[in-house]
Amino acid sequence: MDAYTSVMNAFSTAQASFVPVALAVSAFLFVIGAVGVFVRRNVITVMMCVELMLNAVNLAFIAFSRAHGTIDGQILVFFVFTVAAAEAAVGLAIVIALQRNREDLDVDSFDLMKG
Amino acid sequence: MILDVILFYGAALVALASGLFVIAQRNPINSAFSLIITMCSLAVMFAMLGSGFIAVLQVVVYAGAIMVLFLFVIMLLNAQQDAGDRAGGIGRAGIILGIILALQAVMVVWKGSASLPTRHTETAAVDVARELFSQPRYLYPFEATSILILSAMIGAIVVARKEKGK
Amino acid sequence: MEALFTPANKELAIDALIGIIKLAVIFNVLLLVFSLMTYVERRVLGFMQFRRGPNRTGPWGILQPAADGIKLFFKEELMPEGANKFLFFAAPVVAIVTAYVSLAVVPYGGPLVIPFYGQVSLFGRPINIQIADLDVGILFIFAITALGVYSIVCAGYASNNKYALIGGLRSSAQMFSYELALGMSWVSVIMAAGSFRLNDIVSAAERMNVWMWFVMQFPAFVIYMIAACAEVNRTPFDLPEGETELVAGFHVEYSSMKFALLQMAEYINMITVCALASNMFLGGWLSPWPGVIPNSPLWFFAKVLFLLFVFIWLRATVPRFRYDQLMDFGWKRLIPAAALWVVFFSGMTAFFGEKKSPPSTVAIIQPAAGQVSR
Repeated sequence: MDAYTSVMNAFSTAQASFVPVALAVSAFLFVIGAVGVFVRRNVITVMMCVELMLNAVNLAFIAFSRAHGTIDGQILVFFVFTVAAAEAAVGLAIVIALQRNREDLDVDSFDLMKG
Repeated sequence: MILDVILFYGAALVALASGLFVIAQRNPINSAFSLIITMCSLAVMFAMLGSGFIAVLQVVVYAGAIMVLFLFVIMLLNAQQDAGDRAGGIGRAGIILGIILALQAVMVVWKGSASLPTRHTETAAVDVARELFSQPRYLYPFEATSILILSAMIGAIVVARKEKGK
Repeated sequence: MEALFTPANKELAIDALIGIIKLAVIFNVLLLVFSLMTYVERRVLGFMQFRRGPNRTGPWGILQPAADGIKLFFKEELMPEGANKFLFFAAPVVAIVTAYVSLAVVPYGGPLVIPFYGQVSLFGRPINIQIADLDVGILFIFAITALGVYSIVCAGYASNNKYALIGGLRSSAQMFSYELALGMSWVSVIMAAGSFRLNDIVSAAERMNVWMWFVMQFPAFVIYMIAACAEVNRTPFDLPEGETELVAGFHVEYSSMKFALLQMAEYINMITVCALASNMFLGGWLSPWPGVIPNSPLWFFAKVLFLLFVFIWLRATVPRFRYDQLMDFGWKRLIPAAALWVVFFSGMTAFFGEKKSPPSTVAIIQPAAGQVSR
């Protein structure tokens, strides 16, 4: 069996490895989002990193739903969409209110309660 | 077959790359557009993992509505570019945390993949609907989320409203 | 090399070839219809306004689109200083891609049957005049339309121009406000047909009489046409791009081919909503006299052209909405109307609809040892 045939066979079996790859991507996206929440300074960017983490979790749900053959993962993704939309709306409203009072969108400058 | 594999791995690469761009870009608008690309490539991955319905919903809800909201707020508030890392060393702590988490993720996915069940299915919207609207399963949470969205709408309108008489 | 020519790969290659041929044909037909639309619109508008449209270039002015194309091709491409170069380029690209991709899911006809010849088959397969027959067809079109909002936002932001930014934000706010009413107007059609696939919807209209289907869905049709008019930024909802109101809205800084692409995207969007309306409400390629006159894609084109004429007619007749009137109408009148229709139709379906349990479509794909069975 030469290299070409084995590559072709590898491609046809690679579909079985969608789920582990999806889980790896989900994990890395979650890590990227978590790092972003710590590193970025702009409030809106921090919120976008939170959305990134939620998306990574969605991917994990779908991957496990595929592996187990049940549909509960997709239903939970549905609920995650809803909750994320609600959270984004309220969070952005708070950001607008903050900007109106302070003219500043820097996360480190909201330290009035610092001891 | 080959096309599936190329599409899936390509979408995975694009998702990871644009995820990195989300936290690496200085301008928040570029971050927002990178996040949109991430969400669309994740939708492609959802579709390849057998749930086309959720893939389309991801584009409609996330990329089509939530990110438009983000873009509007960024443009209307005229959010400026970030001026460097955060104060107090939190940025460095974040990067160390990121490295630890990434190592953990690699370990878990590598070791745990062997014990994944392999009952792969393709599902359609009708299956989601059957579960979502059936009484002992997800009907009450579904109705509860509608109340959640209503309260979020009211909350957002009240919080963002200009105060009267100021 | 034998591994390359497995029967499965051969099927894939033939499918891909047929898909490419269909794509080429449909793409070119759409380009032709777009250029004809620009000409027909100006002529029809002219006649409705008691003047003649363009009638100089070629007989009856029929070469006007070619003249416009040549003019736009040779104009100078400007980019404003301080503009975001990547987004400035990307906006027309996103616009045109989203406009065309949603037309890949729309069925233009059933299996292609030429009269007196029988069914046309290419490489031994009957040709369905549809590029991609998705299970979630309508939702896919909704998703792509939602992505089309970004082209306007990008165009407005990247122009580094206050008027363009305001025009872009207004236009995209209008678009996603009316998307809700648009989506809700489809719900009754989807409920009546029982599926998201456009082919199934046309089949459901065929089972019930085409005229009965239209009468049953008439309120949804009205809501859909109004919402679609606002989606594609057509009069009376075209304030964000009205030349006299806001300079030219979000495409003020665009010239030459990028502007041509934005215009093309707008017209193709219009064709998309008309094609969707004719598939969902008017029965697509079904003929109005089912037994006597056969179904054919020509009926589909006739219905789409009629709906395009209705859009042009609206443009000639109705004045523009002011922006706050527009948003007021969308949120406070159209969405409650659509919601009421959904509630009413769901009630009727629950009480008078056929009681059938939906089929289970879970297909189990077991990767056998070393091979994926399809």
